[in-house]
Amino acid sequence: MTQTKKSSGHPLDGLLRLDRIPHIWCPGCGIGTAFSSCLIAMKTSGIDLQKTVMVSGIGCSGRGAGYVNLDSYHTTHGRAIPFATGMKLANPELNVVVFSGDGDLFAIGGNHFIHAARRNVDMTIICINNFNYGMTGGQVAPTTPYQAKTTTTPAGNPERPFNLPLLAYASGATYVSRWTILHTRDLMESIEEALKKRGFSFIEVLAPCPVNYGRRNREKALDSLKIYQERTIIKNDAHPTELDIDFDRGVILGKFIDLDQPTCTEMYDKTCRPKDLLYD
Amino acid sequence: MEFWRIPLDADEIQITRGIVHIIEDRCKGCGYCIEFCPKEILEFSTKFNQKGYHPPMVVKPDDCVNCHYCEIICPEFAIYSVEDTMNMEKAQG
Repeated sequence: MTQTKKSSGHPLDGLLRLDRIPHIWCPGCGIGTAFSSCLIAMKTSGIDLQKTVMVSGIGCSGRGAGYVNLDSYHTTHGRAIPFATGMKLANPELNVVVFSGDGDLFAIGGNHFIHAARRNVDMTIICINNFNYGMTGGQVAPTTPYQAKTTTTPAGNPERPFNLPLLAYASGATYVSRWTILHTRDLMESIEEALKKRGFSFIEVLAPCPVNYGRRNREKALDSLKIYQERTIIKNDAHPTELDIDFDRGVILGKFIDLDQPTCTEMYDKTCRPKDLLYD
Repeated sequence: MEFWRIPLDADEIQITRGIVHIIEDRCKGCGYCIEFCPKEILEFSTKFNQKGYHPPMVVKPDDCVNCHYCEIICPEFAIYSVEDTMNMEKAQG
């Protein structure tokens, strides 16, 4: 669109609410990169942007919905997925994208996630995983790696983190992948694929949080990206049980699941609205 | 471009050239574009932008191959490249 014009502003300016830019994300925060990959994927996938909506919950990444120049919704904490499900059921033509963080989708909204995946609601979930509750000051989250330091676990996190791709797979997601913000091209292609995919698609994006998580674990933003470069292994079609996040052993990235299953709306129509029951 | 073994079609491959545009006042100085530019054409400048960060500057403008990596990795929408159609060069073996 604006790609061919010279010095006419950033190519994504058309998709941004420019009056709100610069955004609130800290210097070195990975959400901006994931957000821009998402916007580029939306633009290049050729989906009808008039029929695309972005839904966010609460948290740093929840701000995403406020910056995109589409119909976008900033919902209550953890309820991005039920909101998006409702929207998809009311208007099945929409492309629904949920852009939110690990705390919102898996801590307070974990229950909604597993049920939307079970029902195979046709939507794309982009989960920014920065390993802690960044907005509220860096508390321990269900995704914080074992023995990582946070505000509430100064001696190290004693618990095991969620394996998000396994959770998504076990709940019935039909597309599961994981990338980091350093693997921007793969991430972009993956989001593009997920947008076109019919069914529940889940993409986990590992992103640095230099101010809250990084500072307490002696990691600057660039160090985090170096870790993503050195201690990750790309292994497509890996079994989801291998995907625990452990940077000492190496974190596995790739596209893990890509299945074709009937979606929620199709199954509902088949069961509750068979043609002979319609009166019109 | 230096090759360990020269590809057979090296003469025919056209390398695109790009011009990098930087929107300095959006930059928050994270340094991602500088660190991860595959041709290492960017560097921190010494001047400050409106917010007090050092934005990047292009030090080797002729080396840009218009790969758009800085554009995708920039979290601030502050840098992008456009194709330089005037300056298309053939790959040197």
